[in-house]
Amino acid sequence: MGRVRHTVLGLGVAVALAMLAYLVIDVEASWSYALDLRSRQLAALVVVGAAIGASSLVFQTIAGSRILTPGVMGFDALYVFIQTVIVFTLGPTALQLMGIPERFLLNTGLLALFGLILFRWLFRAHSRNLFVLVLVGIVIGALFSSLATLASRMLSPDDYLTLQTVLFASFNTVNLQLLLVTAAVTSVGLVALVPMLRSLDVVDLGRDAALGLGLDYHRAVTRALLLVTLLVATATALVGPMLFLGLLVANLTRQVVPTHRHTILVPAAAAVGVICTVGGQLIVTHVFALNTTLSVIVNLVGGLYFLLLLLKAVRL
Amino acid sequence: MITVRDLSHAYHPSSKVLDDIGIDLPPGQVTALVGANGAGKSTLLSAIARLLTPTSGQVCLDGMDVATADPSQVAQRLAVLRQDNRISARLSVIDLVRFGRFPYSRGRLRPEDHAIVEQCLEYVALGDLRDRFLDELSGGQRQRAFIAMVLAQDTEYVLLDEPLNNLDLVHSAATMQLLRRAADELGRTVVLVLHDINVAAAYGDRIVGMRDGRVVVDGPPEQVMTPPALADIFGMQIAVHEVHGTFVALHWSGHSAPSAPSAPTPVEWAL
Repeated sequence: MGRVRHTVLGLGVAVALAMLAYLVIDVEASWSYALDLRSRQLAALVVVGAAIGASSLVFQTIAGSRILTPGVMGFDALYVFIQTVIVFTLGPTALQLMGIPERFLLNTGLLALFGLILFRWLFRAHSRNLFVLVLVGIVIGALFSSLATLASRMLSPDDYLTLQTVLFASFNTVNLQLLLVTAAVTSVGLVALVPMLRSLDVVDLGRDAALGLGLDYHRAVTRALLLVTLLVATATALVGPMLFLGLLVANLTRQVVPTHRHTILVPAAAAVGVICTVGGQLIVTHVFALNTTLSVIVNLVGGLYFLLLLLKAVRL
Repeated sequence: MITVRDLSHAYHPSSKVLDDIGIDLPPGQVTALVGANGAGKSTLLSAIARLLTPTSGQVCLDGMDVATADPSQVAQRLAVLRQDNRISARLSVIDLVRFGRFPYSRGRLRPEDHAIVEQCLEYVALGDLRDRFLDELSGGQRQRAFIAMVLAQDTEYVLLDEPLNNLDLVHSAATMQLLRRAADELGRTVVLVLHDINVAAAYGDRIVGMRDGRVVVDGPPEQVMTPPALADIFGMQIAVHEVHGTFVALHWSGHSAPSAPSAPTPVEWAL
């Protein structure tokens, strides 16, 4: 227990340091301008990191596998698909006329709805066969990407440009109104997870053991999945898809914090998520001088890590 | 008392895995479910433990229907251990046993819960290994850890699906003795699926023989350990010897020509 406590403390310190560093490193022009802009970016990074971290860890527990996260199961491809379909059917002008909160609600609502249908169907149809699930996730991802490509081919060049700006994960241009809505929804989602954390310990034992211990497994999993979908949908709608962020964060958390207790794991995953997004953006800004984006870095590192995990799982 | 009434289950509409089963399991016995692969033993056990919703029929536990009763009320009276216990979380022995208290504590263990966990660890002789991780244990130790969890659930009924799977004969014997002691000393009612008819005869008070989704034989070992009854269950000729008061089925001795269970051919009794 001592080691776990120290790790959690360490994570807290690391979060604080990363946030501080993000605010104060290399301020050249006016401090008030820099702080205003940076605190806004920082808030977005924190919201996304915490939401993706916590939700991916919970998703892993529900899926009973360390390789499955919403991103791997095709959630990000679904986002791209939905965006394309919205631009395709409503047209870019309709999107621009819509207020930002409305657009966000539409995005999140559709994502959450389809995500929930997708996940429920996946878990029902293929129960717990890991490799079938990974395969299905890849196929679903490919399907949605191809559909999105098809739809984008039929867009006019102007519409296509509008689409591109919505699609790429970006922390540089975060709308304040949007940020407030996202922060509120994410906080509600995270707080709603708290009463479920002890049940999740039991969910981790598998369906049969959980039922045997008197957990209403179906209800517990549905509720948790609902919140996970909401959190991922919100974060994705704010900054765009980052396929492997969840995988990276959730697995790092389980390695760093050696416990099975979700009362510790889930907050720790949120912290690790914040460290990854804030730290990653620091590297993007100061090492790569903004020549690349956070999603590229996350996908590069996360993708390699995913390969490594797959290879290890095959050996098991 | 567990009462099973008109229980049928079909994974596919064409073939019934359980076919109209009615059976009573009164408290205070060790009951072994035996039968060939696919006879429906594990499905019956799962249906009793409400891990599976049967196509039709009802399972009552002390008068309450397990399908509709409050899950934690059921979990305080009936514990179940499946044969495939692969857990993705890395748990220590004591972590696992503490889960047995979940139906009472919902994850917040009280002092009395900790006391029961300690007793159960000692009961299965894993006190010294409490902080070991499950993946560091041998198969027999692992099985004992899971049994400790089930005992910590402090239920009248303990259901086990092939608890001897993957255990060698030393650990099989130790596991069966442990379960027999739990029945005799702790008053638990044990219902278990067993592959080995001889283990069932040696440790069971009652043997329920299943074939093709039906209960074909039901009685104490001396009644079931006869060539006609075994032919009903397994569809093959099995010689039975009595050795020091225990019946031993020689299912490996070569009299294995399959026969129709409905019309047993003349049986070759052992000398």
